[in-house]
Amino acid sequence: MNKVVKKEFFSEKVVRLVVEAPLIARSRKAGNFVILRVGEKGERIPLTIASADAEKGTIDLVAQVVGVSTSKLADLEPGDYITDLVGPLGKPTHIENVGTILAAGGGVGVAPLLPIVEAFKKAGNRVITVLAARSKDLIILEDQMRQWSDELIVMTDDGSHGRKGLVTAGMEEILQREEVNECIVIGPAIMMKFAALLTEKYNVPTQASLNSIMVDGTGMCGACRVSVGGKTRFTCVDGPEFDAHHIDFDEMLMRLGGYREEEKEALELYHLQHKLVEK
Amino acid sequence: MGLDSLYLKQEREAEWRAELRRQTKNKDRMLIERVSMPELEPEVRVNYQDREVNSGLTREMAMQEAVRCMDCANPTCIEGCPVSINIPKFIKNIERGEIQQAASVLKETSALPAVCGRVCPQEKQCEAQCFYVQKLNKPAVAIGHLERFAADFERESGEMSVPETAKSNGIKVATVGSGPAALSFAGDMVKKGYDVTVFEALHEIGGVLKYGIPEFRLPNKIVDKELENLQKMGVHFETNFIVGRTASFDDLKEQGFQAFFIGSGAGLPRFMSIPGENYNGILSSNEYLTRVNLMGAQYEETDTPVLHGKRVAVIGGGNTAMDSVRTALRLGAEKAMIVYRRSEEEMPARIEEIKHAKEEGVEFHNLCNPLEYYGDEKGRVSGMKLIRMQLGEPDASGRRRPVPMEGSEFEMEVDLVIVAVGVSPNPLVPSSLKELKVTKWGTIVVDETKMQSSIPEMFAGGDIVRGGATVILAMGDGRRAAEKMDHFLKEKYAVN
Repeated sequence: MNKVVKKEFFSEKVVRLVVEAPLIARSRKAGNFVILRVGEKGERIPLTIASADAEKGTIDLVAQVVGVSTSKLADLEPGDYITDLVGPLGKPTHIENVGTILAAGGGVGVAPLLPIVEAFKKAGNRVITVLAARSKDLIILEDQMRQWSDELIVMTDDGSHGRKGLVTAGMEEILQREEVNECIVIGPAIMMKFAALLTEKYNVPTQASLNSIMVDGTGMCGACRVSVGGKTRFTCVDGPEFDAHHIDFDEMLMRLGGYREEEKEALELYHLQHKLVEK
Repeated sequence: MGLDSLYLKQEREAEWRAELRRQTKNKDRMLIERVSMPELEPEVRVNYQDREVNSGLTREMAMQEAVRCMDCANPTCIEGCPVSINIPKFIKNIERGEIQQAASVLKETSALPAVCGRVCPQEKQCEAQCFYVQKLNKPAVAIGHLERFAADFERESGEMSVPETAKSNGIKVATVGSGPAALSFAGDMVKKGYDVTVFEALHEIGGVLKYGIPEFRLPNKIVDKELENLQKMGVHFETNFIVGRTASFDDLKEQGFQAFFIGSGAGLPRFMSIPGENYNGILSSNEYLTRVNLMGAQYEETDTPVLHGKRVAVIGGGNTAMDSVRTALRLGAEKAMIVYRRSEEEMPARIEEIKHAKEEGVEFHNLCNPLEYYGDEKGRVSGMKLIRMQLGEPDASGRRRPVPMEGSEFEMEVDLVIVAVGVSPNPLVPSSLKELKVTKWGTIVVDETKMQSSIPEMFAGGDIVRGGATVILAMGDGRRAAEKMDHFLKEKYAVN
């Protein structure tokens, strides 16, 4: 049982929870994630750790509300408890001083990107960050990102904040302008796919952090498998970061839709039950 | 660990045992037919994921079966048991109607008698060594059924005895994982007076007993009851805790843990690396069974989804394959099929499980192997290409090697495929302990007599060492590791 100590909404569908988890706050590294479960009938869902406060013993989780489980999570109030929380899971990001890092984050992918950007900056890199979302109110953690970035570019699809255009437009501007030694992208699979295609063109080594479907998160179930360089790998124990130029993003996109029908039905039922309770 | 012959002899000479032997002549014992386990009707049981297929012996049936046991002077059955249960002693207690006593005897050596009575391959172990089989060419005494009966009787009586534990010696030890190897280790160590903590990564204790074995074969509430017993003996349980990650081994050593037993299991599913294997609707047996057994995905009120299939193919011929195919049937499959590359004779599954699957209407496609999967426009599996196999010369496993028959390819329509072709060791512990020696398969190297790894205070057993075995072999490892770790720690600290 882990207590929620703080909650805030970045936007209507994106929530940040500060959760008591002293051991994880101490042992987690950039790139790690946790799996949590809300309620005894809840589902195990993976979420990356956006930041942690080892002294206070808390971790920050950022979630986008998409289905029943994330709705239940977002409905928790400070003082409520998360039924189960386990971590840190996954391999931490490989951090070293390589020179210039281009970090690109889309939507809630910015949350897991934050500790990575911080770690790269602390390791002495020059860090250029591109944040992207559909519109202004979906851009999250901009100030925190700016704190750890030498330069920050914001891109929105509709131009409501920063520049108008996709994440790749902002990235390409940098790639054309200067030598980038490494790139890291986190966001929706489709965004990572196009970011990877772009950096491949510029021959910049690129890591992408994948958000596959998972159950246990310790390698046991194999639900999170992805094809990287023609080989099947498990996101939870081999990842979550992989060489973006070798990830089969099309297969990954297909696999992310694997439970869509079941999830849609469950969400409809959940909303229906909510309405009944409210009445 | 094994029971020494002098002890067994003394036990056998107990007056009550001698009296029982005098009461019935061996000739008469041999005339009794082996009891058969009552079962739920196939057409009923396929509707319930959580109703046990084997419904258990009555007291009368158990007592009559117990009479068959001849209380051999040299009880070979014990040699067949990986945890060395004093088999004649518990059976003779059933014969004289002292069922609670029988249950206590089981608990002297087994931390999980109700589990073992259900899932052990008794026909290959204790029962295979029974005098009836060895010398009389008759069906063995139903040791497994009797074990289950005694454990169930005690549990249902509401008067479960808690095994005696030695006075606390204040030494803290931990297990990594909470499956059968770890639980059996924990039970033995707590009996010896150690302060034992069981660490589990999942939110529930029990490991494969909970996520892997369906309720129609092993109800979760029975596992829970046995865990409760361990708790009463003083074992601490910590869920949602990954040793090596949540806290490092060094952190735990700082907290006073002196030694560790690694029983982290074979938690990495194997796939076949054939085209199309990553289509949606193709999943590992671990994923499928975890969604259903652990997460209750088949019930509407739970949030975890599971894919339903009309035409389900399960690849493999082990117990896990049988568990998966029968689960698919219970979740509404119209056609539930086993696809196995050898013949039924080589199937690793228990004969009983194969029989149950057949009664329930599972189709067996033996001697064929998938080559490729096809998907529909949404990326969901829609079919598979298979090839027929024939059996060649025996391979390293002693079973005849399956050889593809050229030109025999054929196709099959499927909408759910469950891959149950084996598992590899879980990589989490080796990846967090760089100095730990592992084989090229990822199993932990241990000195077999000591169960000790390349790091002296780390002992290991079960699937993380064996790469994939049975519940009872894992339990045997746990017991042996407890014995050896006890020696190791006593030598180190010269306690007692």
